[in-house]
Amino acid sequence: MTALARARTLAETGWQGLRYRADAIAGVVLWALVLSFLAGAAVTSPDHFAVGLVVGSVYALAALGLTLIYGVLRFANFAHGDLMMLGAYVAYFALTGAVLGTRRDVQLPRALDSLPGATERLGDLTFGYGLPLATAVAAVALALLCIGLDRAVYRPLRRRRAGVVIFAVASLGLAIGLRSLMLMLWGPNPRLYVEGVFPAHRFPFGVLLKSDQVFTFAVAVALAGLVYLLLFRTRLGKAMRALADNPDLARVSGIDTERIVVWTWVVAGALIAVAGVLLALQAQLNPQLGFVILLPVFAGAILGGIGHPLGALVGALVVAVAQESSVGWEFFGRQLDPTYKPGVAFVILIAILLLRPRGLMGART
Amino acid sequence: MRGRGGWLTLAAFLAVTAAVVIMPAERSGWDWGGVLSFLAAFAVTVAIYSLFTLGLNVQWGYAGVFNFGVVAFFMLGAYAAAAFTTEPAAGGFDTYVGGLGPKLSPPFLQGEEWVPFVVGAAVASLMCGLLAYLLSFPALRLREDYLAIATIGVAELMRNVVVAERGLVNSERGLKGIPRPFYSFFSPDNYEYFYLLLALVVLALVFLATERAVRSPWGRVLRALREDETATAASGKDVTAFRRQAFVVGAMIMGLGGAVYAYERGAVSPDTFTHFAGTFIFWAMLIVGGSGNNRGAVLGAYVVWGLWIVSLQLLGYPLPEALRNRIFYIRDMVLGGLLVAVLLLRPQGLLPEERRVSIWVERLLRRPPEAVGARPSGDRTPTS
Repeated sequence: MTALARARTLAETGWQGLRYRADAIAGVVLWALVLSFLAGAAVTSPDHFAVGLVVGSVYALAALGLTLIYGVLRFANFAHGDLMMLGAYVAYFALTGAVLGTRRDVQLPRALDSLPGATERLGDLTFGYGLPLATAVAAVALALLCIGLDRAVYRPLRRRRAGVVIFAVASLGLAIGLRSLMLMLWGPNPRLYVEGVFPAHRFPFGVLLKSDQVFTFAVAVALAGLVYLLLFRTRLGKAMRALADNPDLARVSGIDTERIVVWTWVVAGALIAVAGVLLALQAQLNPQLGFVILLPVFAGAILGGIGHPLGALVGALVVAVAQESSVGWEFFGRQLDPTYKPGVAFVILIAILLLRPRGLMGART
Repeated sequence: MRGRGGWLTLAAFLAVTAAVVIMPAERSGWDWGGVLSFLAAFAVTVAIYSLFTLGLNVQWGYAGVFNFGVVAFFMLGAYAAAAFTTEPAAGGFDTYVGGLGPKLSPPFLQGEEWVPFVVGAAVASLMCGLLAYLLSFPALRLREDYLAIATIGVAELMRNVVVAERGLVNSERGLKGIPRPFYSFFSPDNYEYFYLLLALVVLALVFLATERAVRSPWGRVLRALREDETATAASGKDVTAFRRQAFVVGAMIMGLGGAVYAYERGAVSPDTFTHFAGTFIFWAMLIVGGSGNNRGAVLGAYVVWGLWIVSLQLLGYPLPEALRNRIFYIRDMVLGGLLVAVLLLRPQGLLPEERRVSIWVERLLRRPPEAVGARPSGDRTPTS
């Protein structure tokens, strides 16, 4: 009897060990796949890879905000994309002071671009110092908006201990509301921060990039570094990570959770606004911006392991590079239709959910 | 609480009904014939959308399966039905597979006009069921929020396929000239009423079937696993299998809805199947009406679509131009706000879920007391 029980325990431990090892192997394989894919993309088509890095840096900022909210507040924020879009429009408003009137735009008498020299181009960039200022205004506005939405919608749901689905549906309702608010104020037609055509620069390996794209990448790297410092070098970041790790434990160790939630929204709101402006800077401001970016950003955050900031950065980069270089892929002797570009993110998403739902760096569940 | 809730439900119903009847009547100068045909078209749409909310109710309301990609099933159902009933592609700019049209009837049913429509609807339903079945293997293992993202992705990918594969279903141009069932039997003026009848019959059948299902042992297991998955698994139920069944059944109802939609519109094109008009609106209808309650699902479709239509009617009145240009955005905002407000203030919806155990218990309770009292053991609620 005891021998049997012992044998069974042994077998079970062995099985657990095997499962643990399989999980570790899957993690290593996934990392190897991701890194070799990035290396392969960089070697075979450096131009797509470079554009992928730029787009990926915008995705990464968005995924960072998303994963932060997911980690601390434990819900998938489907309003994330539309908040980004709104942030881009708020910056536009701060810069130009234009709102849609009855038929044509109504202009505020003064806005940031009427400051002296605000539209003079900074170096080789397309914009002057007005746009960074406007982005700062948008960051503050979005942080306040996020706190307001949390007070009005998410906090009551949190108090009620509503399920993740209720949060998701509520955030979808908010996304629709935010989009229609933006449409009411600025209309459906695309807008630009700066009018005009600007040439791209030639870099080694046949890479063509505009100065704005290089700027986007630099800003994203700098902001990601700041968020890293915040999370891992400050008390606030420590408290955020504690809350993400175990809310009950965080509460009993004397962390004021509601205060941390507010700070999380401040950081996320600022990230959302900057990511929105950078996204709009790539092409133009349009009302579809929010929904188009939602799926790739989710795919990036999940690939990295949702709730994990560093994973979100890597995952978002991989998704963007895959999307950009998919244009050159061939299947059955036929070039992949560019229409499938958003579909690439989805295929990555499904593969990762099937093979390893916790992603590159997510916690074991 | 219950009394107040009842009043709210009644008030919402009456307000929408009044607006839907009075506004077009007033605008058309009290031409009741015109109003009647307007109402018939309105009711057809409500009936079609009710099929989707009922399907979603089976998935989410009963079983807690979080489908955020209703539009995938909407689209698949509509396209499948359309591809089976249209004439073959005539060439030129139109290229699509299917288009079986009159070839669909087997020899012994040649000339029977209803055959292609029934086959089209059945195929639409089956294809949606198959898609849900295939999806369920990867998807149902996932957590709810991942499932939501995965279903959104499926919908997105499907729209990509429809647009990118030029020879498949005519890309952006969509399928046109889908025949309408029994169109030649009626004058065009009266056809809408016939179609309303048809849609109502389909809706009634689906409604009765889902009502019956929720009180069956099957429905009981679904609700049990929605409330407490671990306890249900512990009592020996195969949780994933029941979830899968609910997902497939709900998807089949949606496929049927897509077929009824395609026959009514006579044309399908990819730009109508947006996430807003194909997923969000059904969620709003179900949440507003009351998830977990089939009558709530139908009432939600009625109330939300009524508000939708009323906003179009508003355009007929003299409004300031700044407001008139924005009325569609205001409508979207009202819908988003309504959804959030219901989630916050009345999460159970207009018609809350009813407590249902089983049809046997309900029958027992309906019997006169002496008949129940005559039972030998005296326990009135048989365990199920």
